[in-house]
Amino acid sequence: MIGVIILIAVLALVVLVFVSYYNSLVKLRNQVKNAWSQIDVQLKRRHDLIPNLIETVKGYMTHERETLDSITKARSQAVEAQTVGEKAKAEAELSRSLGKFNLVVENYPDLKANQNFLSLQEELTSTENKISFSRQNYNDQVLFYNNKIQMFPSNIVAGMFKFTEEEFFEIEDEKEKEVPKVSFS
Amino acid sequence: MGVTLILLGFIFGSVYNPKSGGMVGIFIAVALWTVLFLVTYSSGSKILLAVSGAKEVTKNVHPQLYNVVEEMKIASGHPFMPKVYIIDSPAPNAFATGLKPDNTAVAVTAGLLTKLNRDELQGVIAHEMSHIVNRDVLFMTVSGIMLGVIVLLSQVFVRSMFYGGIGGRHSKSRDSGQAQIIFLAIAIIFAILAPIAAQLLYFAISRKREYLADASAVRFTRYPEGLASALYKISQSTEELKSANKVTAPMYIANPLKKKGMKLSDLTSTHPPISERIRILRSIAHSADFNAYQNAFSQISGKKTKIIPQAELNDAKPIDIRGASGLPFVGQTQKQVKRNVGDLVMQLNDFSFINCPCGVKLKIPPSYKYKKVKCPRCGREHKG
Repeated sequence: MIGVIILIAVLALVVLVFVSYYNSLVKLRNQVKNAWSQIDVQLKRRHDLIPNLIETVKGYMTHERETLDSITKARSQAVEAQTVGEKAKAEAELSRSLGKFNLVVENYPDLKANQNFLSLQEELTSTENKISFSRQNYNDQVLFYNNKIQMFPSNIVAGMFKFTEEEFFEIEDEKEKEVPKVSFS
Repeated sequence: MGVTLILLGFIFGSVYNPKSGGMVGIFIAVALWTVLFLVTYSSGSKILLAVSGAKEVTKNVHPQLYNVVEEMKIASGHPFMPKVYIIDSPAPNAFATGLKPDNTAVAVTAGLLTKLNRDELQGVIAHEMSHIVNRDVLFMTVSGIMLGVIVLLSQVFVRSMFYGGIGGRHSKSRDSGQAQIIFLAIAIIFAILAPIAAQLLYFAISRKREYLADASAVRFTRYPEGLASALYKISQSTEELKSANKVTAPMYIANPLKKKGMKLSDLTSTHPPISERIRILRSIAHSADFNAYQNAFSQISGKKTKIIPQAELNDAKPIDIRGASGLPFVGQTQKQVKRNVGDLVMQLNDFSFINCPCGVKLKIPPSYKYKKVKCPRCGREHKG
């Protein structure tokens, strides 16, 4: 009799532990998803801003066709990208071409006096910042989640219910992502 | 501080009635604190914002400020967007308020907007955002009210002693009379010391919270120089923030009540000395995580105090510091920026604008009653 009770108690304990691990895995997975959707919002915002930007500067920057085309191209690639890895690559390319554009803008004082352009530039800068801050948040969440999946004993639960590791949102060269230093005086 | 409050209630109560008065005293002290807290909690941040004359702004009014707040909201991982306010004052300063996470606000002065560039503003907002994330406003309100109750009880007690002379009322038996005299002596000492001790404790907590907010700001922005140079500019300003007072002071980024020649390293200051905060921030060179700030703090201040909770230090991993964005405010020259912000504040205060063909922009206050207004330069008449 006592043996049966102990058996039941042990089984109940095991089930409880399983449930708690399962729940914490679900919670982490949702946090990763939520963090990703936050990046996605900002990436979309950037995609929406670029046509406006090109439209505004086209008249001023007649000699910079190449730079502007590369931005448009990078944008359409980024819009089409599907997986996290592809997106990261395409968005990095877009960031690079926008960085080049910011350097070129220095040669156009007229443009820098255009109120419309200035507010677009502010929006774009802010969106870039938001992307990088939400990327940091996303990577933190992915790290927590992947750790949980790999570590014992939660890895058993993860294996049984097919929790798979998530990709980090990495940009190959952090230096290239940085906004170039420009001084306005 | 809570312990001081309960002890105070017990001792004062015991003076009036040695047998059961202690419990009654505790009850009164705690009840008083609860009532005051509930009043503050339900009125929320409205009082503070109203006292400082802050006006709410939307994204359309000042996109940059709104964007920076949103960026820091994302960086801090706070789920709710705080409301954004501008205070009409030339003194550069900022504060955060809100007791509930879903109903918070960040307020900056017009002076701050004219003096700082984007990176510096980001540093200041990050500091305020970390006050919100760390729930410092709630924390400081709770301890501020406790301080208030301690001071109040001590005052009432000392005054009732002075005028009432309660000594003779309960001296029926010798034992209780003696106990009463002992309690009386303790109570008088306590009534003098407790408010002082509570005040010092309150200031110490406030200062520690400021350091923590600086550390979090570095982690959020990954750019310590932004906050450092913002603090430098704030410390260099000579304007005075008229709407600040003793109660609202701990909420601001820099002590708004500084006086000429006053040493900020004073024990009775709500904020750590600004020069020390700047030196700590500037000595961070390699990483923007909590460990880097803690090390810089120990090195500069020479104190071993843990500014940041140990659990956070254990979890911290190095974060790369980013470069300056080099972006100014919308508008080119300093003069233009100042004018833009000035117009903005007037707009928020219901001024109306008329552009005269001669190039003058007439600014009409809401109290202007006449139907026509004359341009001061060319003499044309406009409808008011």
